[in-house]
Amino acid sequence: MKNRSLVSINDYSKEEYLKILDIAEEFEKNPKQKILENFVIATLFFEPSTRTRLSFESAVNQLGGKVIGFTDAASSSVKKGESLRDTIKTVANYSDLIVMRHPLEGSARFASEVSSVPIINAGDGANQHPTQCLLDLYSIRKTQGKLDNLHIAFVGDLKYGRTVHSNVIALTNFNCTFHFVSPGELKLPSAVKRHIKERNLEYYQYTDLNEVIPFVDILYMTRIQRERFSDPVEYEKVKNAYILNGNMLGNCKPNLKVLHPLPRVNEINENVDDMKEAYYFQQARNGVYVRQALMASILGIK
Amino acid sequence: MESKKTRKELIVSALENGTVIDHIPSKNVFQVIKMLNLDSFDNQILFGTNLDSRRYGKKGIIKVKNKFFEKEEINKIAIVAPTATLIVIKDFEIIEKKPVEVPEVVDKFIKCINPNCITNHENVPTKFSVIDKDAMKLQCHYCEKTTSKENFIFI
Ligand SMILES: [Zn+2]
Repeated sequence: MKNRSLVSINDYSKEEYLKILDIAEEFEKNPKQKILENFVIATLFFEPSTRTRLSFESAVNQLGGKVIGFTDAASSSVKKGESLRDTIKTVANYSDLIVMRHPLEGSARFASEVSSVPIINAGDGANQHPTQCLLDLYSIRKTQGKLDNLHIAFVGDLKYGRTVHSNVIALTNFNCTFHFVSPGELKLPSAVKRHIKERNLEYYQYTDLNEVIPFVDILYMTRIQRERFSDPVEYEKVKNAYILNGNMLGNCKPNLKVLHPLPRVNEINENVDDMKEAYYFQQARNGVYVRQALMASILGIK
Repeated sequence: MESKKTRKELIVSALENGTVIDHIPSKNVFQVIKMLNLDSFDNQILFGTNLDSRRYGKKGIIKVKNKFFEKEEINKIAIVAPTATLIVIKDFEIIEKKPVEVPEVVDKFIKCINPNCITNHENVPTKFSVIDKDAMKLQCHYCEKTTSKENFIFI
Protein backbone atom coordinates (compact mmCIF):
# COMPACT_ATOMS: atom_id res chain seq x y z
CA MET A 1 0.00 0.00 0.00
CA LYS A 2 3.10 2.16 -0.04
CA ASN A 3 2.40 5.57 -1.61
CA ARG A 4 -1.17 4.60 -2.49
CA SER A 5 -4.01 6.96 -1.66
CA LEU A 6 -7.08 5.66 0.15
CA VAL A 7 -10.10 7.48 -1.26
CA SER A 8 -12.78 4.79 -1.35
CA ILE A 9 -13.00 1.51 0.53
CA ASN A 10 -13.02 -0.20 -2.88
CA ASP A 11 -9.49 1.07 -3.60
CA TYR A 12 -8.01 -1.68 -1.43
CA SER A 13 -8.56 -5.39 -1.73
CA LYS A 14 -9.87 -7.58 1.08
CA GLU A 15 -6.31 -8.83 1.73
CA GLU A 16 -5.04 -5.26 1.92
CA TYR A 17 -7.49 -4.11 4.52
CA LEU A 18 -7.02 -7.26 6.55
CA LYS A 19 -3.32 -6.40 6.53
CA ILE A 20 -4.16 -2.91 7.88
CA LEU A 21 -6.25 -4.50 10.66
CA ASP A 22 -3.33 -6.77 11.59
CA ILE A 23 -0.96 -3.80 11.79
CA ALA A 24 -3.57 -1.91 13.85
CA GLU A 25 -3.46 -4.76 16.40
CA GLU A 26 0.27 -4.14 16.81
CA PHE A 27 -0.40 -0.46 17.45
CA GLU A 28 -3.10 -1.27 19.96
CA LYS A 29 -0.47 -3.18 21.98
CA ASN A 30 2.05 -0.39 21.56
CA PRO A 31 0.58 2.88 20.24
CA LYS A 32 3.57 5.07 21.18
CA GLN A 33 6.32 4.10 18.76
CA LYS A 34 8.45 6.97 17.47
CA ILE A 35 8.29 5.85 13.86
CA LEU A 36 6.93 9.05 12.27
CA GLU A 37 9.61 11.36 13.70
CA ASN A 38 10.83 12.35 10.26
CA PHE A 39 7.41 12.83 8.72
CA VAL A 40 5.03 15.73 8.29
CA ILE A 41 1.33 14.92 7.93
CA ALA A 42 -1.06 17.57 6.61
CA THR A 43 -4.64 17.53 7.92
CA LEU A 44 -6.73 19.70 5.61
CA PHE A 45 -10.26 20.08 6.94
CA PHE A 46 -12.23 22.11 4.39
CA GLU A 47 -15.20 21.54 6.67
CA PRO A 48 -14.90 21.04 10.40
CA SER A 49 -15.01 17.54 11.88
CA THR A 50 -13.38 17.78 15.25
CA ARG A 51 -13.72 14.13 16.13
CA THR A 52 -12.10 12.76 12.96
CA ARG A 53 -9.38 15.40 12.96
CA LEU A 54 -8.44 14.75 16.59
CA SER A 55 -8.31 11.03 15.93
CA PHE A 56 -5.87 11.50 13.05
CA GLU A 57 -3.80 14.07 14.93
CA SER A 58 -3.62 11.88 18.02
CA ALA A 59 -2.52 8.97 15.82
CA VAL A 60 0.31 11.07 14.32
CA ASN A 61 1.37 12.67 17.59
CA GLN A 62 1.63 9.36 19.40
CA LEU A 63 4.00 8.16 16.69
CA GLY A 64 6.18 11.26 16.98
CA GLY A 65 5.15 12.83 13.65
CA LYS A 66 4.41 16.51 12.97
CA VAL A 67 1.01 17.83 11.92
CA ILE A 68 0.31 20.89 9.77
CA GLY A 69 -3.01 22.02 8.34
CA PHE A 70 -6.24 23.87 8.97
CA THR A 71 -9.43 23.04 10.83
CA ASP A 72 -11.99 24.63 8.52
CA ALA A 73 -12.01 26.39 5.17
CA ALA A 74 -12.77 29.79 6.73
CA SER A 75 -9.28 29.95 8.23
CA SER A 76 -7.44 28.98 5.06
CA SER A 77 -6.53 30.35 1.65
CA VAL A 78 -9.63 28.56 0.30
CA LYS A 79 -11.63 31.45 1.67
CA LYS A 80 -9.69 33.74 -0.66
CA GLY A 81 -10.89 31.68 -3.61
CA GLU A 82 -7.95 29.33 -4.12
CA SER A 83 -8.88 26.21 -6.09
CA LEU A 84 -8.66 22.77 -4.51
CA ARG A 85 -6.09 21.85 -7.15
CA ASP A 86 -3.77 24.69 -6.09
CA THR A 87 -4.22 24.06 -2.36
CA ILE A 88 -3.38 20.37 -2.75
CA LYS A 89 -0.40 20.95 -5.07
CA THR A 90 1.00 23.50 -2.63
CA VAL A 91 0.51 21.49 0.54
CA ALA A 92 1.98 18.41 -1.15
CA ASN A 93 5.27 20.35 -1.24
CA TYR A 94 5.21 20.70 2.52
CA SER A 95 4.13 17.24 3.64
CA ASP A 96 4.59 13.49 3.20
CA LEU A 97 0.91 12.61 3.35
CA ILE A 98 -2.34 14.58 3.18
CA VAL A 99 -5.44 13.73 5.21
CA MET A 100 -8.39 15.69 3.87
CA ARG A 101 -12.05 16.27 4.62
CA HIS A 102 -14.11 18.21 2.09
CA PRO A 103 -17.82 18.96 1.67
CA LEU A 104 -17.85 18.11 -2.07
CA GLU A 105 -18.20 14.55 -3.30
CA GLY A 106 -15.29 13.36 -5.42
CA SER A 107 -12.93 16.00 -4.01
CA ALA A 108 -10.59 13.41 -2.50
CA ARG A 109 -10.39 11.41 -5.74
CA PHE A 110 -9.54 14.57 -7.62
CA ALA A 111 -6.95 15.55 -5.00
CA SER A 112 -5.32 12.12 -5.29
CA GLU A 113 -4.90 12.76 -9.03
CA VAL A 114 -3.18 16.13 -8.68
CA SER A 115 -1.16 15.49 -5.52
CA SER A 116 2.46 14.34 -5.52
CA VAL A 117 1.96 12.72 -2.10
CA PRO A 118 -0.70 10.14 -1.10
CA ILE A 119 -4.14 11.27 0.07
CA ILE A 120 -6.27 9.75 2.82
CA ASN A 121 -9.94 10.64 2.43
CA ALA A 122 -11.38 11.62 5.81
CA GLY A 123 -14.82 12.20 4.29
CA ASP A 124 -15.89 13.72 0.95
CA GLY A 125 -19.44 15.01 1.30
CA ALA A 126 -21.93 12.17 1.42
CA ASN A 127 -19.66 9.87 -0.56
CA GLN A 128 -16.89 8.00 1.28
CA HIS A 129 -15.21 7.87 4.68
CA PRO A 130 -13.01 4.78 4.39
CA THR A 131 -11.13 5.06 7.70
CA GLN A 132 -14.47 4.92 9.55
CA CYS A 133 -15.16 1.72 7.66
CA LEU A 134 -11.76 0.26 8.56
CA LEU A 135 -12.17 1.04 12.25
CA ASP A 136 -15.62 -0.55 12.20
CA LEU A 137 -14.22 -3.71 10.63
CA TYR A 138 -11.48 -3.69 13.24
CA SER A 139 -14.04 -3.34 16.03
CA ILE A 140 -16.21 -6.13 14.67
CA ARG A 141 -13.25 -8.48 14.26
CA LYS A 142 -11.88 -7.62 17.69
CA THR A 143 -15.16 -8.23 19.54
CA GLN A 144 -16.22 -11.31 17.57
CA GLY A 145 -12.82 -12.81 16.77
CA LYS A 146 -13.75 -13.04 13.09
CA LEU A 147 -15.48 -11.27 10.21
CA ASP A 148 -17.11 -14.33 8.66
CA ASN A 149 -20.42 -15.98 9.51
CA LEU A 150 -21.76 -13.09 11.56
CA HIS A 151 -25.27 -11.70 11.79
CA ILE A 152 -24.97 -7.94 11.58
CA ALA A 153 -27.82 -5.46 12.08
CA PHE A 154 -27.71 -1.89 10.83
CA VAL A 155 -30.26 0.39 12.46
CA GLY A 156 -31.56 3.88 11.67
CA ASP A 157 -30.97 5.96 8.57
CA LEU A 158 -29.88 3.37 6.03
CA LYS A 159 -30.76 5.49 3.03
CA TYR A 160 -28.41 8.44 3.51
CA GLY A 161 -25.90 6.97 5.95
CA ARG A 162 -22.66 6.71 3.98
CA THR A 163 -21.04 4.82 6.87
CA VAL A 164 -23.66 2.10 6.56
CA HIS A 165 -23.19 1.89 2.79
CA SER A 166 -19.38 1.51 2.94
CA ASN A 167 -19.59 -0.97 5.79
CA VAL A 168 -22.13 -3.14 4.00
CA ILE A 169 -20.05 -3.10 0.81
CA ALA A 170 -16.85 -3.96 2.70
CA LEU A 171 -18.58 -6.73 4.66
CA THR A 172 -19.82 -8.42 1.48
CA ASN A 173 -16.22 -9.66 1.22
CA PHE A 174 -17.03 -11.87 4.19
CA ASN A 175 -19.76 -14.40 4.63
CA CYS A 176 -22.12 -12.21 6.67
CA THR A 177 -25.89 -12.10 6.97
CA PHE A 178 -27.34 -8.60 7.01
CA HIS A 179 -30.35 -7.35 8.97
CA PHE A 180 -31.55 -3.87 8.07
CA VAL A 181 -33.79 -2.04 10.53
CA SER A 182 -35.20 1.30 9.41
CA PRO A 183 -38.38 3.25 8.80
CA GLY A 184 -39.83 2.57 5.35
CA GLU A 185 -38.73 5.95 4.10
CA LEU A 186 -35.07 5.36 4.99
CA LYS A 187 -34.44 1.86 3.63
CA LEU A 188 -31.07 0.81 2.21
CA PRO A 189 -30.76 1.94 -1.45
CA SER A 190 -30.96 -0.76 -4.11
CA ALA A 191 -27.51 0.23 -5.43
CA VAL A 192 -26.04 -1.03 -2.13
CA LYS A 193 -28.27 -4.12 -2.03
CA ARG A 194 -26.91 -5.00 -5.46
CA HIS A 195 -23.48 -5.64 -3.89
CA ILE A 196 -25.04 -8.12 -1.45
CA LYS A 197 -26.91 -9.92 -4.22
CA GLU A 198 -23.76 -10.12 -6.38
CA ARG A 199 -22.09 -12.13 -3.61
CA ASN A 200 -25.18 -14.29 -3.05
CA LEU A 201 -25.40 -13.22 0.57
CA GLU A 202 -28.65 -12.95 2.53
CA TYR A 203 -30.29 -9.82 3.84
CA TYR A 204 -33.53 -9.14 5.69
CA GLN A 205 -35.41 -5.90 6.31
CA TYR A 206 -37.34 -4.89 9.42
CA THR A 207 -39.12 -1.90 10.85
CA ASP A 208 -39.05 -3.12 14.48
CA LEU A 209 -35.71 -2.95 16.30
CA ASN A 210 -36.79 -5.45 18.98
CA GLU A 211 -37.16 -8.16 16.37
CA VAL A 212 -33.43 -8.50 15.59
CA ILE A 213 -31.92 -8.11 19.07
CA PRO A 214 -32.20 -11.80 20.14
CA PHE A 215 -30.09 -13.25 17.31
CA VAL A 216 -27.57 -10.68 15.99
CA ASP A 217 -23.87 -10.46 16.87
CA ILE A 218 -23.45 -6.77 16.04
CA LEU A 219 -26.00 -4.00 16.45
CA TYR A 220 -24.75 -1.00 14.46
CA MET A 221 -26.81 2.06 15.45
CA THR A 222 -27.01 5.29 13.43
CA ARG A 223 -28.79 8.58 13.86
CA ILE A 224 -32.06 9.48 12.16
CA GLN A 225 -32.16 13.16 11.22
CA ARG A 226 -35.38 15.11 11.06
CA GLU A 227 -34.39 16.83 7.80
CA ARG A 228 -34.30 13.48 5.95
CA PHE A 229 -38.08 13.24 6.08
CA SER A 230 -40.20 14.88 3.41
CA ASP A 231 -43.12 14.79 5.82
CA PRO A 232 -42.37 15.99 9.40
CA VAL A 233 -45.30 13.94 10.69
CA GLU A 234 -43.52 10.78 9.51
CA TYR A 235 -40.47 11.78 11.55
CA GLU A 236 -42.56 12.32 14.68
CA LYS A 237 -44.07 8.86 14.20
CA VAL A 238 -40.77 7.00 13.97
CA LYS A 239 -38.32 9.07 16.01
CA ASN A 240 -38.67 7.02 19.17
CA ALA A 241 -38.89 3.63 17.49
CA TYR A 242 -35.15 3.44 16.76
CA ILE A 243 -33.78 4.32 20.19
CA LEU A 244 -31.89 1.59 22.01
CA ASN A 245 -32.64 1.31 25.70
CA GLY A 246 -30.79 -0.93 28.19
CA ASN A 247 -33.90 -2.94 29.05
CA MET A 248 -34.23 -4.02 25.40
CA LEU A 249 -31.00 -6.06 25.64
CA GLY A 250 -32.36 -8.61 28.16
CA ASN A 251 -32.53 -11.52 25.73
CA CYS A 252 -29.58 -10.73 23.46
CA LYS A 253 -26.75 -13.13 22.59
CA PRO A 254 -23.84 -13.04 25.10
CA ASN A 255 -21.41 -11.85 22.41
CA LEU A 256 -23.60 -8.99 21.14
CA LYS A 257 -21.83 -5.65 20.83
CA VAL A 258 -23.47 -2.28 20.14
CA LEU A 259 -21.54 -0.02 17.73
CA HIS A 260 -22.14 3.58 16.71
CA PRO A 261 -19.99 5.91 14.56
CA LEU A 262 -20.57 8.80 17.04
CA PRO A 263 -21.55 11.46 17.79
CA ARG A 264 -24.83 10.12 19.08
CA VAL A 265 -27.77 12.29 19.94
CA ASN A 266 -30.37 10.16 21.68
CA GLU A 267 -30.46 6.95 19.66
CA ILE A 268 -28.64 5.03 22.38
CA ASN A 269 -29.88 5.73 25.89
CA GLU A 270 -27.10 6.49 28.37
CA ASN A 271 -28.26 3.54 30.46
CA VAL A 272 -26.62 1.30 27.83
CA ASP A 273 -23.17 2.91 28.31
CA ASP A 274 -22.12 0.80 31.30
CA MET A 275 -23.47 -2.48 29.98
CA LYS A 276 -21.03 -5.06 28.62
CA GLU A 277 -22.70 -4.81 25.21
CA ALA A 278 -21.72 -1.13 24.77
CA TYR A 279 -18.65 -0.83 22.58
CA TYR A 280 -18.93 2.58 20.88
CA PHE A 281 -16.33 4.44 22.94
CA GLN A 282 -13.80 1.64 22.53
CA GLN A 283 -14.72 1.69 18.83
CA ALA A 284 -13.71 5.37 18.64
CA ARG A 285 -10.40 4.55 20.33
CA ASN A 286 -9.77 1.81 17.77
CA GLY A 287 -9.90 4.56 15.15
CA VAL A 288 -6.54 5.84 16.39
CA TYR A 289 -4.84 2.43 15.94
CA VAL A 290 -6.37 1.87 12.53
CA ARG A 291 -5.30 5.33 11.34
CA GLN A 292 -1.79 4.71 12.69
CA ALA A 293 -1.68 1.44 10.78
CA LEU A 294 -2.95 3.04 7.59
CA MET A 295 -0.50 5.96 7.68
CA ALA A 296 2.44 3.70 8.57
CA SER A 297 1.72 1.38 5.67
CA ILE A 298 1.13 4.18 3.15
CA LEU A 299 4.42 5.79 4.24
CA GLY A 300 6.14 2.44 3.78
CA ILE A 301 7.14 2.01 7.42
CA LYS A 302 5.00 -1.07 8.11
CA MET B 1 -44.62 5.44 -52.61
CA GLU B 2 -42.36 5.12 -55.62
CA SER B 3 -41.29 8.74 -55.65
CA LYS B 4 -40.58 8.69 -51.90
CA LYS B 5 -38.25 5.74 -52.30
CA THR B 6 -36.41 7.37 -55.19
CA ARG B 7 -35.91 10.52 -53.26
CA LYS B 8 -34.56 8.61 -50.27
CA GLU B 9 -32.04 6.73 -52.41
CA LEU B 10 -31.03 9.93 -54.10
CA ILE B 11 -30.13 11.44 -50.75
CA VAL B 12 -28.13 8.40 -49.72
CA SER B 13 -26.23 8.15 -52.97
CA ALA B 14 -25.51 11.86 -53.19
CA LEU B 15 -22.45 11.60 -51.00
CA GLU B 16 -19.15 11.43 -52.84
CA ASN B 17 -16.90 11.50 -49.78
CA GLY B 18 -17.97 11.58 -46.17
CA THR B 19 -19.83 9.71 -43.47
CA VAL B 20 -23.43 8.60 -43.04
CA ILE B 21 -24.69 8.07 -39.51
CA ASP B 22 -27.60 5.71 -40.03
CA HIS B 23 -30.16 4.12 -37.67
CA ILE B 24 -30.17 6.99 -35.18
CA PRO B 25 -33.27 6.92 -32.96
CA SER B 26 -35.41 9.63 -34.63
CA LYS B 27 -35.80 11.74 -31.51
CA ASN B 28 -32.02 11.87 -30.99
CA VAL B 29 -31.00 13.27 -34.37
CA PHE B 30 -30.85 16.87 -33.17
CA GLN B 31 -29.00 15.79 -30.06
CA VAL B 32 -26.31 14.13 -32.19
CA ILE B 33 -26.03 17.22 -34.39
CA LYS B 34 -25.60 19.47 -31.39
CA MET B 35 -23.22 17.16 -29.57
CA LEU B 36 -20.89 16.87 -32.56
CA ASN B 37 -21.15 20.63 -33.13
CA LEU B 38 -22.38 19.93 -36.66
CA ASP B 39 -24.60 23.02 -36.42
CA SER B 40 -21.50 25.19 -36.68
CA PHE B 41 -19.86 23.02 -39.35
CA ASP B 42 -19.18 24.49 -42.80
CA ASN B 43 -19.41 21.23 -44.77
CA GLN B 44 -22.60 20.14 -46.51
CA ILE B 45 -24.85 18.24 -44.12
CA LEU B 46 -28.09 16.43 -44.86
CA PHE B 47 -30.27 14.92 -42.21
CA GLY B 48 -33.63 13.25 -41.93
CA THR B 49 -35.89 12.11 -39.12
CA ASN B 50 -38.86 9.74 -38.99
CA LEU B 51 -37.65 7.81 -42.02
CA ASP B 52 -38.94 4.27 -42.46
CA SER B 53 -36.67 1.62 -41.03
CA ARG B 54 -37.08 -2.13 -41.35
CA ARG B 55 -35.27 -2.66 -38.06
CA TYR B 56 -36.64 0.11 -35.83
CA GLY B 57 -39.89 1.34 -37.44
CA LYS B 58 -38.66 4.94 -37.63
CA LYS B 59 -35.10 6.14 -37.80
CA GLY B 60 -33.00 9.21 -38.28
CA ILE B 61 -30.01 9.71 -40.54
CA ILE B 62 -27.24 12.32 -40.80
CA LYS B 63 -24.83 12.64 -43.70
CA VAL B 64 -21.77 14.84 -43.53
CA LYS B 65 -19.72 15.64 -46.59
CA ASN B 66 -15.93 15.30 -46.39
CA LYS B 67 -16.02 14.32 -42.72
CA PHE B 68 -14.56 11.18 -41.18
CA PHE B 69 -15.24 10.88 -37.47
CA GLU B 70 -12.52 10.35 -34.89
CA LYS B 71 -12.76 7.73 -32.14
CA GLU B 72 -13.76 10.34 -29.57
CA GLU B 73 -16.62 11.57 -31.76
CA ILE B 74 -17.80 8.02 -32.44
CA ASN B 75 -17.91 7.39 -28.69
CA LYS B 76 -20.15 10.42 -28.30
CA ILE B 77 -22.50 9.13 -31.00
CA ALA B 78 -22.62 5.73 -29.27
CA ILE B 79 -23.76 7.29 -26.00
CA VAL B 80 -26.85 9.05 -27.43
CA ALA B 81 -27.48 6.71 -30.36
CA PRO B 82 -26.23 3.24 -29.39
CA THR B 83 -28.14 1.68 -32.33
CA ALA B 84 -26.39 3.84 -34.93
CA THR B 85 -24.37 2.51 -37.85
CA LEU B 86 -21.50 4.46 -39.34
CA ILE B 87 -21.05 4.28 -43.11
CA VAL B 88 -17.81 5.68 -44.51
CA ILE B 89 -17.98 6.69 -48.19
CA LYS B 90 -15.11 7.46 -50.54
CA ASP B 91 -15.62 8.09 -54.30
CA PHE B 92 -19.31 7.08 -53.98
CA GLU B 93 -18.19 3.68 -52.62
CA ILE B 94 -18.96 2.31 -49.17
CA ILE B 95 -15.53 1.75 -47.63
CA GLU B 96 -16.72 0.74 -44.19
CA LYS B 97 -20.06 0.03 -42.52
CA LYS B 98 -20.15 -0.83 -38.85
CA PRO B 99 -22.33 -0.32 -35.79
CA VAL B 100 -21.02 2.10 -33.17
CA GLU B 101 -19.76 0.54 -29.97
CA VAL B 102 -20.66 1.85 -26.53
CA PRO B 103 -17.34 2.63 -24.82
CA GLU B 104 -16.38 1.47 -21.29
CA VAL B 105 -15.37 4.97 -20.25
CA VAL B 106 -17.00 8.30 -21.12
CA ASP B 107 -14.79 11.36 -20.88
CA LYS B 108 -15.38 15.09 -20.69
CA PHE B 109 -18.63 15.70 -22.58
CA ILE B 110 -21.42 14.76 -20.14
CA LYS B 111 -22.19 16.67 -16.95
CA CYS B 112 -22.47 14.79 -13.63
CA ILE B 113 -26.03 15.03 -12.30
CA ASN B 114 -24.85 15.42 -8.68
CA PRO B 115 -24.82 19.16 -7.84
CA ASN B 116 -22.44 18.40 -4.96
CA CYS B 117 -19.88 16.72 -7.24
CA ILE B 118 -16.41 18.28 -7.48
CA THR B 119 -16.72 18.35 -11.30
CA ASN B 120 -19.55 20.88 -10.97
CA HIS B 121 -17.48 23.21 -8.79
CA GLU B 122 -13.88 23.08 -9.99
CA ASN B 123 -12.30 22.91 -13.40
CA VAL B 124 -12.25 19.11 -13.45
CA PRO B 125 -13.14 17.27 -16.70
CA THR B 126 -15.87 14.69 -16.04
CA LYS B 127 -15.17 10.99 -16.34
CA PHE B 128 -17.63 8.10 -16.07
CA SER B 129 -17.57 4.36 -16.38
CA VAL B 130 -20.49 2.82 -18.24
CA ILE B 131 -22.07 0.46 -15.69
CA ASP B 132 -25.16 -0.45 -17.72
CA LYS B 133 -24.91 -0.29 -21.51
CA ASP B 134 -28.60 -1.06 -22.13
CA ALA B 135 -30.08 1.47 -19.73
CA MET B 136 -27.08 3.74 -20.40
CA LYS B 137 -26.11 4.35 -16.79
CA LEU B 138 -22.83 6.12 -16.11
CA GLN B 139 -21.03 6.10 -12.77
CA CYS B 140 -19.04 9.21 -11.97
CA HIS B 141 -15.34 8.50 -11.42
CA TYR B 142 -15.27 11.24 -8.77
CA CYS B 143 -18.49 11.29 -6.70
CA GLU B 144 -19.51 7.69 -7.60
CA LYS B 145 -23.13 8.75 -8.26
CA THR B 146 -25.02 7.45 -11.29
CA THR B 147 -26.13 9.64 -14.20
CA SER B 148 -28.61 7.99 -16.60
CA LYS B 149 -29.53 8.89 -20.16
CA GLU B 150 -32.70 10.74 -19.09
CA ASN B 151 -30.41 13.20 -17.29
CA PHE B 152 -27.68 13.68 -19.86
CA ILE B 153 -26.54 17.28 -20.20
CA PHE B 154 -23.78 17.83 -22.73
CA ILE B 155 -20.86 20.06 -21.92
ZN1 LIG C 1 -19.89 13.26 -10.04
